[in-house]
Amino acid sequence: MNKKNNLKSWLYLLPAILFLGAFMVYPLIDVVIYSVEEGYNSASQSYYDVGLYNFSYVLHDPYFLQALKNTFILVIITVPLSTTIALLISLGLTSIKKLKHLFQTVYFLPYVTNTLAVGLVFMILFKKTAYTDGLVNVLINTFGGESVDFIDGPYWAKMFVLCFYTIWIVLPFKILILTSALASVNETLYKAARIDGTSKAGIFFRITLPMISPMIFYLVITGFIGAFKAYSDSVALFGTDLNAAGMNTIVGYVYDMLYGDSGGYPSYASAAALILFVIVLTITVINLMISRKNVHY
Amino acid sequence: MENTQNNKKRKNIHIGAVIIYVLLSIWALVVLFPFYWMLLTSVKDYGAYSSEYIPQFFTAEPTLENYAEAFTAVPLARYFFNTLLFTVLTTGIMMIVIIPAAFAFSRLQFRGRNLVFTLFLSLMMIPNELVIITNFQTITDMGLRNTFTGLILPSVTSVFYIYLLKENFEQIPDELYKAAKVDGTSDFKYLVKVMIPICKPTVITIMILKVIECWNSYVWPRLITDDKAYFLVSNGIEEIRENGFGRENIPAMMAAVVVISLPLIVIFIIFRKKIMEGVSSGGTKG
Repeated sequence: MNKKNNLKSWLYLLPAILFLGAFMVYPLIDVVIYSVEEGYNSASQSYYDVGLYNFSYVLHDPYFLQALKNTFILVIITVPLSTTIALLISLGLTSIKKLKHLFQTVYFLPYVTNTLAVGLVFMILFKKTAYTDGLVNVLINTFGGESVDFIDGPYWAKMFVLCFYTIWIVLPFKILILTSALASVNETLYKAARIDGTSKAGIFFRITLPMISPMIFYLVITGFIGAFKAYSDSVALFGTDLNAAGMNTIVGYVYDMLYGDSGGYPSYASAAALILFVIVLTITVINLMISRKNVHY
Repeated sequence: MENTQNNKKRKNIHIGAVIIYVLLSIWALVVLFPFYWMLLTSVKDYGAYSSEYIPQFFTAEPTLENYAEAFTAVPLARYFFNTLLFTVLTTGIMMIVIIPAAFAFSRLQFRGRNLVFTLFLSLMMIPNELVIITNFQTITDMGLRNTFTGLILPSVTSVFYIYLLKENFEQIPDELYKAAKVDGTSDFKYLVKVMIPICKPTVITIMILKVIECWNSYVWPRLITDDKAYFLVSNGIEEIRENGFGRENIPAMMAAVVVISLPLIVIFIIFRKKIMEGVSSGGTKG
């Protein structure tokens, strides 16, 4: 009976184990092997030597360094900014009654949209062509500014659009999480504080913020991880040739090494992917260490 | 004295509320504007659009011509159908894979259960970017590029959804299971007739989240297909952007964007509560 039960349980698990084994566990080992095979050739499936050359190549590749720089700027700007904006919006949402659901619904819309498709709309809004300066530039002009090509123009302008679009895309998730965190703060705490005559700022910094701090840190950690993996937002705005646009990201570099005109180098792709993994892991560990010190559970 | 102070306070609160509503409305506008703009541009006449040096916020003569153009000049219907097929098959197969797994972890007793479950959970930390390289090679070696099998295979399991479903299954009282055993109901029948119906809300939430994920997937399809006959909508839109409609036909492009965005927006409006609950219970993005 027991043996039969054992066997049956494994049968229930079999499909999941097969798929996970073939498409997650095996690739995980394989990616490390790829990354140390020097001069790997996709066609003949042969390599010269084993070593760390691939990592050195990637770390000296100007395209990778550009991608690294872009990704770091994106992370440093969007993670704090989007978390702060989401917190402000959630506080606003929590303080109102009328229209609350309408606002919540509207704010969530970007979550269900196709990043590539809506990115095209952003591109049109920001792009300057021979026929039109684009809506954003018209706005800038009314306030007395000069037109800027945000899509093919200077680096800061392109970075601005990328950050703006990224924040637009990630906010729904953060607002949702923070609104439900705020709603779950115990009402009696507020009542007690009001009886004690605590000021509004005092209530926010002594009660609200500590109570929702675990969720804020959750958002910061997932935000870091997500922003480091940025890719399709950039494709949506600047097209598939991100190296030419100078707007590639680390993940984009990995895919470019794998496929397309610049592709066919799974070893370089693996090395770059592992470097990304180490960066993300390090940042996450640092985040967890900081949160252990500061977060009130 | 007391009274005027109270009045002042009330007035302050009132002004505060107005400011909050104004700020919230501004952000709502920022969110909605791109949608309005795509809809507006998609009904503008191509000639009229091209002659607008300063973009107009309204159009007096809306036209559906761009939609016709979107479906005839590029194989938009094909992309659409491909995505639909991909979404339905992937979601369906995934449910067949994860439901028994969640059942085994939550109800069945077997040796090594905790160990295997811990191993499963540790897989949640593995980023997709790390495994996609080998998967690309595997699928290519198997000759499955530009096939639906190749598109679907790597995304039919999700450790996270197994975990979510297992947690839900475990909330069903043990007594029900024991009673069913006494009645001689088989495990499989119990799963199908009792557990799935009870956990229907979670099952549906998982399915909706997966549908959203499938509909928007871009990276894997781009790697695995270069034949337009197998493009999904995301790749289709990239293709349209780079080569379709002679580049400058923005209204037709926007018509395609509207067509692509519409299904998910409709699903969102129908299942708003479910989706938002599901996402806040642990979906991730961004």
